[in-house]
Amino acid sequence: MAFLKSRFIKQIIESFIDLAPIFTVILFFQFFVIEQPLPDIINLITGTFLVVLGLTFFIIGLELSLFPIGESMAYEFAQKGSLFWLLVFAFCLGFGTTIAEPALIAVTNEAAEIARLGNMINDSDAAKSSYAFGLRITVAISVGIAITIGVLRILHGWPLHYLIISGYAIVVLITPFAPQEIIGIAYDSGGVTTSTITVPLVTALGVGLATAIKGRNPMTDGFGLIAFASLTPMIFVMVYGIIL
Amino acid sequence: MTSWLTNFSDTLLDTGRDVLPIAAIIIGFQIIIIRKPILHPGKTLFGFVYVVVGIALFLQGLQMALFPIGELMAHQLTTPEFIKTNPQTTIANWQSYYWVYAFAACIGFATTLAEPSLIAVAIKAEQLSGGAIHAFSLRIAVSIGVAFGIALGTFRIITGTELYMYIVGGYILVIIQTIFAPKLIIGLAYDSGGVTTSTVTVPLVTALGLELASSVPGRNPLLDGFGLIAFASLFPIIAVLSYAQIAEWRNKGSLT
Repeated sequence: MAFLKSRFIKQIIESFIDLAPIFTVILFFQFFVIEQPLPDIINLITGTFLVVLGLTFFIIGLELSLFPIGESMAYEFAQKGSLFWLLVFAFCLGFGTTIAEPALIAVTNEAAEIARLGNMINDSDAAKSSYAFGLRITVAISVGIAITIGVLRILHGWPLHYLIISGYAIVVLITPFAPQEIIGIAYDSGGVTTSTITVPLVTALGVGLATAIKGRNPMTDGFGLIAFASLTPMIFVMVYGIIL
Repeated sequence: MTSWLTNFSDTLLDTGRDVLPIAAIIIGFQIIIIRKPILHPGKTLFGFVYVVVGIALFLQGLQMALFPIGELMAHQLTTPEFIKTNPQTTIANWQSYYWVYAFAACIGFATTLAEPSLIAVAIKAEQLSGGAIHAFSLRIAVSIGVAFGIALGTFRIITGTELYMYIVGGYILVIIQTIFAPKLIIGLAYDSGGVTTSTVTVPLVTALGLELASSVPGRNPLLDGFGLIAFASLFPIIAVLSYAQIAEWRNKGSLT
């Protein structure tokens, strides 16, 4: 417990340093560029305090739970040698963490609005929500596939850059065929899928696998899962736009 | 005070709901497939609670302190009165938006530095590389990439140039850099594109993009407001690959 206490104090100071630049930028622009007083000082101070506290809890919790659990599961799967279940797990992890992602829900709703304005779908709430839901499922499946391919890559030791560059090539090739309205959304959807809980868990899974399997280097082979998860949604969302 | 508490409990519930599928998958596979008890169940549960409470506090604080003022500033910086353009004009003069570029770069840099998922990946990279990659330097490199990306993205919205030209150009640069970059860093560099854009960056950057697209003459917020996240995911890859390249050259230089 004493360890946790000193860890906590150290982390609070670090969190404060991490967040200081944001407040510097805000204060500088508010006072010197826009030249306005701060609108709500009490909320600003309380909110800052909460952000620092939240980041501290998150980082400590990360090292206690998400990192060790991701690595120990990767290790257990490697020990068991069940490729099928490992791939099922990888798919579920990608799909399950993405389908509920709030940022994704927001983006798909906006995409449905754009599709309606572009007369791609009927002007009704039912058509809009089914379009948004279809898009969400599409992105979630694409992230599931991404993590599965990424895990296969670690197992086989395929070089990451060939796969990523081929992915880029596909994005570039299908962009001219995708409807104009969906391109911005498609490109952005790559970035919004990877949430704060998914990233540490998936990173730990990749690093754990690369550590447990002989002949793999955790540094060169362990990373790359997030890269796949940011790439495939772009392709799938554009294909979704082309088909509909 | 009570409204604050209900707000917080809502955020906590939402975060809990987001974690639920992940927890179900982990527990399900642990029990049915791996069939072994989780090591240190108490510690893990404790850590999970910390993560959920931490994210809820973090979001609550952002909603109180950062998002309102960030959105207000994005609005104030893009109004025609502040830019001092003629409200009748139909063509935007991109040079009068210099404060927008400065704000975009600064806020991109600062929010990325505070991004929890990036901190997590940086910690892991430092552990694995045995300290050869310094967590803080990596985060600075990524933040510089995001700063440049978002500034360029606002330039694109103001000039109304095609998004795909920038993205394709960026990809070509990444491919060229990949050929020369030290192999050790490639996976990490590619990953750093995806981790930069989450909790802190996405809401602020989206607000900036939408405000900008609705105030610049001739732009449609629905069509032109998107794309900033794509910039913020692409340029960190270039920045991290450059960082590794420079580090390698300096090491070679000191040897000869």
